[in-house]
Amino acid sequence: MTIATSTELICFLILGTVVILGAIGVVLLSNIVYSAFLLGGVFMAVAGIYLLLNASFVAAAQVLVYVGAVNVLILFAIMLVNKREDLKPIEGLRLRKFLSGGVCFGLLALLIRVDISTPWAIPGPPAIGEKATERIGEHLFTDYLLPFELASVLLLMAMIGAIVLARRDVLLTDVGTGDSVDQGLIEKTTNPLLVDKSTP
Amino acid sequence: MLESSTGAIPLQAYLLLASILFCIGVWGLINSRNAVRVLMSIELMLNAVNINLMAFSSYLDGDLIRGQVFTVFVITVAAAEAAVGLAILLSLYRNRVTVDMESFNLLRW
Repeated sequence: MTIATSTELICFLILGTVVILGAIGVVLLSNIVYSAFLLGGVFMAVAGIYLLLNASFVAAAQVLVYVGAVNVLILFAIMLVNKREDLKPIEGLRLRKFLSGGVCFGLLALLIRVDISTPWAIPGPPAIGEKATERIGEHLFTDYLLPFELASVLLLMAMIGAIVLARRDVLLTDVGTGDSVDQGLIEKTTNPLLVDKSTP
Repeated sequence: MLESSTGAIPLQAYLLLASILFCIGVWGLINSRNAVRVLMSIELMLNAVNINLMAFSSYLDGDLIRGQVFTVFVITVAAAEAAVGLAILLSLYRNRVTVDMESFNLLRW
């Protein structure tokens, strides 16, 4: 075993440990802010795994989109909704966790069996290595052009939808002229529609 | 059993890592009572699928790295999903003043 392969193996082991322990922490920690920061660590470690697979472009996209956008968005959402509340105890919660843990272990055993026992066609064709970025560009502008354009439309729809959903309230009067503005089609008046009558 | 390919790490190691990550995500998705944590679990599952796609693309696909292109699309859709999901969560919080998943029974028959 040369130095290069052993370094690769050590990097993979460290990154894999970080990913798994971080994911367990994201799921199990009681403080959600710690969970969000651990999630950023998991995303960074996954980007490192992509670098081990010679995919520098996807690793950069992972860091930019997941760590830079999604994780920050989650942190902002936590700041906006972070109210200390004692969750109402529900009966059978422990049984439910136990059962779902059993189901997940069964799923894990099934997946591991498939991973190990399937005769994968390796060694496959030689990997492309560092030229992957150019090849991704060729793919995106030739045979994957339609999904690429559809993704831009999807992002536009998601942006408008997020703005409409998360807007606090409507302007009932125009700021400039003082006329009343009819925005009833977009959103009804500020009366909460879903007030839970059981809790005062 | 784990036959080695070109590199030091066999393909199965990546697949095992992705499987474990996916199962942790499923468990968190079922058991979280905080709605933000449910979204985080969904992101974990998407990352597990991405690791799978990248490993197959690097080990089995050679010149055509279709797995990497798919991963780029999955990242795009995940970003859109997170934005809309958190916006829905904010408007839900504004109406219900809680993020407990057990109190979101609006669509239950």
